[in-house]
Amino acid sequence: MGKTLSEKVWDAHVVHAGAGAEPDLLYIDLHLVHEVTSPQAFDGLRQAGRSVRRPDLTLATEDHNTPTLDIDKPIADPVSRAQVDTLRRNAEEFGVRLHSLGDPDQGVVHIIGPQLGLTQPGMTIVCGDSHTSTHGAFGAIAFGIGTSEVEHVLATQTLPQARPRTMAVNVTGELPVDVTAKDLVLALISKVGTGGGQGYIVEYRGPAIEKLSMEGRMTICNMSIEWGAKAGLIAPDQTTFDYIAGRPHAPAGADWDAAVEAWQELRTDEDAIFDVEVDLDASSLTPFVTWGTNPGQGVPLGGTVPDPESFADEGDRVAAAKALTYMDLTAGQSMRDIGVDTVFLGSCTNGRIEDLRIAAEVINGRRVADGVRMLVVPGSARVRLQAEQEGLDKVFLASGAEWRAAGCSMCLGMNPDQLAPGERAASTSNRNFEGRQGKGGRTHLVSPPVAAATAVVGRLAAPADLT
Amino acid sequence: MEAFTTHTGIAAPLRRSNVDTDQIIPAVYLKRVTKTGFEDGLFAAWRSDPEFVLNNETYTRATVLVPGPDFGTGSSREHAVWALQNYGFKVIIGSRFGDIFRGNSGKAGLLVAEIDADRVAELWDHLEANPGIALTIDLQEKLITSPAGFATEFAIDDYTRWRLLEGLDDIGLTLRHETDIDAFEETRPEFAPTTLPSRTAG
Ligand code: SF4
Repeated sequence: MGKTLSEKVWDAHVVHAGAGAEPDLLYIDLHLVHEVTSPQAFDGLRQAGRSVRRPDLTLATEDHNTPTLDIDKPIADPVSRAQVDTLRRNAEEFGVRLHSLGDPDQGVVHIIGPQLGLTQPGMTIVCGDSHTSTHGAFGAIAFGIGTSEVEHVLATQTLPQARPRTMAVNVTGELPVDVTAKDLVLALISKVGTGGGQGYIVEYRGPAIEKLSMEGRMTICNMSIEWGAKAGLIAPDQTTFDYIAGRPHAPAGADWDAAVEAWQELRTDEDAIFDVEVDLDASSLTPFVTWGTNPGQGVPLGGTVPDPESFADEGDRVAAAKALTYMDLTAGQSMRDIGVDTVFLGSCTNGRIEDLRIAAEVINGRRVADGVRMLVVPGSARVRLQAEQEGLDKVFLASGAEWRAAGCSMCLGMNPDQLAPGERAASTSNRNFEGRQGKGGRTHLVSPPVAAATAVVGRLAAPADLT
Repeated sequence: MEAFTTHTGIAAPLRRSNVDTDQIIPAVYLKRVTKTGFEDGLFAAWRSDPEFVLNNETYTRATVLVPGPDFGTGSSREHAVWALQNYGFKVIIGSRFGDIFRGNSGKAGLLVAEIDADRVAELWDHLEANPGIALTIDLQEKLITSPAGFATEFAIDDYTRWRLLEGLDDIGLTLRHETDIDAFEETRPEFAPTTLPSRTAG
């Protein structure tokens, strides 16, 4: 019997096959590190007198805590500064390459890996951050790990892992105009539920996926964790190779030819069998937004806030009722009537150049509505530079939006970019959990074009609603 | 890591589903560079609510937590496990958990015991009918028992169970395979990228 893509990549990395209940020991090709989940791991190494086994397969950056204003000054919050300083000291002591604030290659960890050409097909990639699944867009097995595992990978460049089951998400049809990868994945999560992928590595496939740009594929893989999947991946193809070619860490010359030849083998065999398959028709989709406090609580933008009583499952009913109270929404309310205070465009889900271009196109020549603040936070310093070269910063600034420096920013509100209690945001990030973007803040997850249109109208809106 | 065989302690029913790690410990509490002191941020948003179960005096010394399905989903932060442990929890009993959370727990020595959703509901009723009762969790036998009559088996993967029973450190276990790692590294493709120069970012 043939193998699925994820089985091929997995098998190619088994250092020691587990017997019985013992997990496989997997080799890790790339370990990404950031300031929040690494200090205790480096500390553990120090206490045990261990070193980093492969500093040359490890890369660190500062993103979660970093401010998006005044980045040339010391970080104002002393606790954030201590965490960033700790990473700088650890990187120096253990010989790990670090892209610090101010470095043109600094940025959200999941944006800079692909951008540097370090994320390549067939690799195993881990990071102490759940959205590591983003890198799966290149046909890599990429997943988030905890701090003990960070220490484990630093010390051994391997990780003991139980083999997950396999799932295929087959996306047929073609995405309609103004419907993006973000809408697709939000619709998928509302269909399968936030726990639907637990225990699986998911392969996204089918004509709608093949037509997506690398940016769109990354958006989809990014949110795999939001429905519980261990990892999500997409078979590499010409789109993938074109994206990688010429990047700073991409193979060159004869290495490039050898790499492409190997990468072309990375597809699921015809006769391979997935443990589970899910089908989705892209042509039936419309812009999708969330109303609740988990990414599965979403509806089409043209829809209404659901009645908690309409859910068959008792747990879903209770969760929906709680979410409506927290979100201060009423069942039956039309989504388009929901007004927002803030629009956040950014994050590792939608902070890439393509996302900024789409939003800029919508907002060009228009104004952000009175009383609404719009934060545009490029996912990396390079995305910021590129956008400035294309004049996108001017478009945003002319519309009244704020143009910021790169980082996670309001995606998780560890830096000063936070929602005030009761404030409501349309956000292109990936989590609408209670308090995620600031204590008491209310989040609606949206695509970049919906974010831009919402900023103009002041209520949840799609580009088609603009006159 | 300390070996885990059995634990007996007061169990608190947490009647909530989908408790993601942002709820267990919000991001603003993640700025410490140690593994201790995170108890102050545990369930931070709910601690001011007098109705919240851990604010009930019966449960202030609880060491066993019984949440609804999909506990520990979302962010990979291991701080969620440390916060639960720093607060005093030794065992979490539930029907479904986030994968990363379950993995982190096993590594840090917090026992995650899985039982069916129906049994969770029965256990909640049992705990509320006998407030402050202590459950015994026997990892050797994979058994949860209450002196007031409730008993159920629980599920945990055999490998994690063995490691917890033996109190084994993962890195030490892996280093037993160091020669395998060396051998594997010899076979890696030439074109695989590295982060340190030769070719560096321009
Ligand atoms: S942008 Fe948001 S989701 Fe992505 S790594 Fe940063 S905090 Fe995590």
